[in-house]
Amino acid sequence: MSMEDLYQEIILDHYRKPKNRAPELADEAVHVHHSNPLCGDEMDLRIRVVDDRLDAVVFDGEGCSISQASASAMTQAAVGRELKDALDLAEDFRRMMHGDDPARPDDLGDGIAFTGVAKFPVRVKCALLGWMALRDAIQTFERGASAHTVTHEE
Amino acid sequence: MAIDVAAVRRSLPILDRELDGHRLVYLDSAASSLTPEPVLDAMDRYYRWSRSNVNRGVYPLAEEATDLYEGARTVLAGFLDADPTGVVFTKNATEACNLLAYGYVRAHLGPDDVLLSTVMEHHANLVPFTQAAAAVGAEVRHVPITPDGLLDLDAAAELLADGRVTFAAFVHVSNVLGTINDVPRLTRMVRDANDRAVVHVDGAQAAPHLPVSFRDLGIDSYAITGHKMLGPTGIGALVARPELLERMEPFLTGGDMIRDVTLTGATWNDVPHKFEAGTPMIAEAAGLAAAVGLLEGYGMAAVRAHERELTAQLLDALGTVAGVTVHGPKDVDLRGGAVSFALDGIHPHDVGAMLGSRGVCVRVGHHCTKPLMRCLDVAATTRASSYVYNDVDDLEPLVDGLEAAAAFFAR
Repeated sequence: MSMEDLYQEIILDHYRKPKNRAPELADEAVHVHHSNPLCGDEMDLRIRVVDDRLDAVVFDGEGCSISQASASAMTQAAVGRELKDALDLAEDFRRMMHGDDPARPDDLGDGIAFTGVAKFPVRVKCALLGWMALRDAIQTFERGASAHTVTHEE
Repeated sequence: MAIDVAAVRRSLPILDRELDGHRLVYLDSAASSLTPEPVLDAMDRYYRWSRSNVNRGVYPLAEEATDLYEGARTVLAGFLDADPTGVVFTKNATEACNLLAYGYVRAHLGPDDVLLSTVMEHHANLVPFTQAAAAVGAEVRHVPITPDGLLDLDAAAELLADGRVTFAAFVHVSNVLGTINDVPRLTRMVRDANDRAVVHVDGAQAAPHLPVSFRDLGIDSYAITGHKMLGPTGIGALVARPELLERMEPFLTGGDMIRDVTLTGATWNDVPHKFEAGTPMIAEAAGLAAAVGLLEGYGMAAVRAHERELTAQLLDALGTVAGVTVHGPKDVDLRGGAVSFALDGIHPHDVGAMLGSRGVCVRVGHHCTKPLMRCLDVAATTRASSYVYNDVDDLEPLVDGLEAAAAFFAR
């Protein structure tokens, strides 16, 4: 296994200088907490919604470089999107992690750099953590709730 | 006599592998040891030469197979200074703990009883007993650890003070901290508090690395697994006082473990056969016996001395890497060769990926000890663990890999 296959420079950039990393968000609509107990990754994700669009997405948490960098790239790709569109993009990323070609490579932005993670099954759940938290945050909002906690057991 | 590491390595063709141009450096024996050729040969010989079932046929081949299997029981009993009648072969140490939890704890304990455990247990020596305790309504108490990673025996004394602890299960050598627990002392404490108490010890990380006398430990049962002591996967054992086995209910029922069967009931075979239902792992027993033969050939005192020296060198080497914090005792007289550590600011998965890319095999994660991870206030650790085929030349690739990880993931 080559370190370069897994850790693209873009991934390391997001790891070293994460985007939209913050412990709180003004006027947040939803706060979700997701964890991967097997790795100990923890993720807090907060979204602000204006007119059915993601006006702001911030994350905070602890975990390996893949989980933190992927969440950072996710926030950049998600902000400004309609909720339905963001859900569709999260599904595209999930399929990519399971080996499919992404349908929306341009929209995934830096998320496309994580393609190689699909070759490392142990790390797939790390890359997915932020995206699954985003999906859950939107679904929580659509249910009319403001908070949700999820433990990923796989 | 010192371990001839070069000779041990010659019996392990896997060490000739190169990974992306890097020599394979195997530092994950606490998870599973490598398997020397004499062990493979013993299993191969059974399949090629003595293949038949045990305890059934009256033809010579079947007698050979039975001798191989029962001979392995005697060999293992000799290695651990135990009575062969008390050796029950299981799939692994986890199954040995489950056998005891189902056969003894669930059958004999009730709401008035208290189980004693510790916060440093592997899930294998914890979950079967917490589940059994919950099923019978018994309380479970946990001995905490000191900042050095030793069992806090003062706290244990308080937990034992009311005399209600009737079953204790604790680990001999921690798979994370490396701590070698003072089994005879804690066992005496348990028995002084209640002379009817049964004491079980998880020896999965001890039997491969230390001289162990079951009799001298003074305990009632001991769980081991073959694949951590140069043997194959798929075989372990519950080593117990035969009197304890006599009091236990069968866990798995079926063939071999019966004396007589009617359409509506059955009576049980003598111990230990009462606990070995169905055709057992015959080849694996032959392999385990060969592994024990190798360890006895090295001498367990020599194995311990080799690892003690190597662990001292490993701790020194880790001390040269900026940002490394070692969990567990620093005194090599109090610890085995499994060394867990943190590399400041870098998640163990990232550390493990860097080391793996350089051919260095270590374990990263929670090591099946989630309560201990919470005590240490970490999600996971990186663990390097040594055995008879490791030497000081394995330490430089580890240190180089850690320094590379620190540089690569620097923020």
